[in-house]
Amino acid sequence: MLILTCPYCGVAADETELAPGGEAHLTRAGVESSDEDFEAYLFQRKNPKGVHFERWRHANGCGKWFHAARCTVTNEVFGTYPAQTLEPPKEILDEIVARRPGWTLETGP
Amino acid sequence: MRYSAFQIVRQALRGHQGWPRAWGEATAKPRYDAIVIGAGGHGLATAYYLGRNHGVRNVAILEKGWLGGGNTGRNTTIIRSNYLQDPSAAIYEKSRSLYETLSQELNYNIMFSPRGVMMLAQTEHEVRGYRRTAHANALQEVQTEFITPERVKELCPIIETRGPRYPVLGALWQARGGTARHDAVAWGYARGCAEMGMDVIQQCEVTGIRSANGKVKGVTTTKGEIDCDKLAIVVAGHSGVLAEMAGFRLPIESLALQALVSEPIKPCMDVVVMANTVHGYMSQSDKGEMVIGGGADGYNNYTQRGSFHHIEETVRALIETFPMISRLKMLRMWGGIVDMTGDRSPIISKTPMENVFINCGWGTGGFKAIPGSGWATAEMVAKGAPGALAAEFGLDRFREGRFIDESVAAGVAH
Ligand SMILES: Cc1cc2nc3c(=O)[nH]c(=O)nc-3n(C[C@H](O)[C@H](O)[C@H](O)COP(=O)(O)OP(=O)(O)OC[C@H]3O[C@@H](n4cnc5c(N)ncnc54)[C@H](O)[C@@H]3O)c2cc1C
Ligand SMILES: [Zn+2]
Repeated sequence: MLILTCPYCGVAADETELAPGGEAHLTRAGVESSDEDFEAYLFQRKNPKGVHFERWRHANGCGKWFHAARCTVTNEVFGTYPAQTLEPPKEILDEIVARRPGWTLETGP
Repeated sequence: MRYSAFQIVRQALRGHQGWPRAWGEATAKPRYDAIVIGAGGHGLATAYYLGRNHGVRNVAILEKGWLGGGNTGRNTTIIRSNYLQDPSAAIYEKSRSLYETLSQELNYNIMFSPRGVMMLAQTEHEVRGYRRTAHANALQEVQTEFITPERVKELCPIIETRGPRYPVLGALWQARGGTARHDAVAWGYARGCAEMGMDVIQQCEVTGIRSANGKVKGVTTTKGEIDCDKLAIVVAGHSGVLAEMAGFRLPIESLALQALVSEPIKPCMDVVVMANTVHGYMSQSDKGEMVIGGGADGYNNYTQRGSFHHIEETVRALIETFPMISRLKMLRMWGGIVDMTGDRSPIISKTPMENVFINCGWGTGGFKAIPGSGWATAEMVAKGAPGALAAEFGLDRFREGRFIDESVAAGVAH
């Protein structure tokens, strides 16, 4: 069973206690954006085989949204971090590189 | 060799020493007219109909693992065509009708068993939903009917229709739906492809897609570089990985979906039953095992294993509807990586790279679609543009908001 530690209440929560919220750090396309950007925001996903940044909610706990970095092949968790950020914090990135040498953060859309 | 009763007798008299291999071990040529990535049912059917319907025979099918080792060999084999929207009804019904004669067409017994598929309505909402589907199906000339709980009990006596939490209020019944042997579908198409001179190359993973001026040139594989004029990506759960190689992104997320089988028991159920409210479905295999499928994981992953609590939920819910399975021992469970789109409909489309085509997004329900999907994809690859069956399933529908919403018809993993 997947276990994530909630960065707010510190509880190591089973996945049955959590609600998945999909890919993290999407840039919201506004009314002024092109159809392409809107499509990318609404539908297109990285869906990587490997390191994935994602949103979770501690649904049957404190109820708050947070972020996690997880490997989609092994379910290994690199760390969790609060939702109030636009990109993964440095300590999470360092942890990923330590365990996945050569991995780099993909930037851009 | 054509399989026949005569051959069985002849080979038996020769001590079964004369059977040829169903498909040969192929080594890749430097160039093909078309390459299909992925030897699951959809990839093999695409190649088969490219040769059979369009005369394109200089074709290779590249598979990173073994034939049918993806979802095609991991699914619970339910075949039905009782979807809601017209484009879905067209392609799924084409597929179901091709299944009816597929054993003869391929000269390979795929064990198609049109035993009937029943989708239980266990809430008022479902009753309304399925009545609507039955009406839609009538207009689409797909034979289905909404049946009463009494008829449900008659067709499947082991169902408890008066359960306290999930009473059976009726069902959507498709008498011509059923099951088939999943491996045989892959093997039969592979044999057909090999007979037309195509190369089915296993243990050959595509690791890169090469292009020049936005047009595909070929692929890089673990067995070297291979050139092609046209490329079809048909890799289900790995579609995102291949799309990345070709430089575009898909409206798809990959999830693990699980199934399990019980110890074999005497025949007790000769229809397929799906219970979408409780997220479970069940049929009995020819060996007597109860084949059970459940819900998909909620978060994307490539674990090919899935979360255990989904199995628990599925079995817990099915026990109320089928009390007699409560003492059954489960033999095996497994997972496959399914490719989910937002509207629960597949993608059969051209892509941003010229001469690269993609067939994916069948998610939890593409086994039933293999013949029809192969038919439609072959037409698109051969002609360079989708025909009538595939036209509505293009990638552009997401940008244009033209969804083919099947979240009700496909409400459960199947
Ligand atoms: C548990 C479960 C139950 C299901 N039950 C049903 C059901 O009852 N009815 C129904 O209609 N559908 C069902 N489905 C869905 C159905 O199995 C799939 O939609 C269908 O089999 C997809 O076929 P495919 O040929 O597209 O993919 P696959 O059979 O997965 O084939 C894709 C192939 O591509 C190969 N590949 C991937 N990457 C590469 C690469 N880089 N290079 C070369 N090859 C590559 C893979 O190894 C694989 O063999 C179920 C699925 C699961 C997992
Ligand atoms: Zn918490």
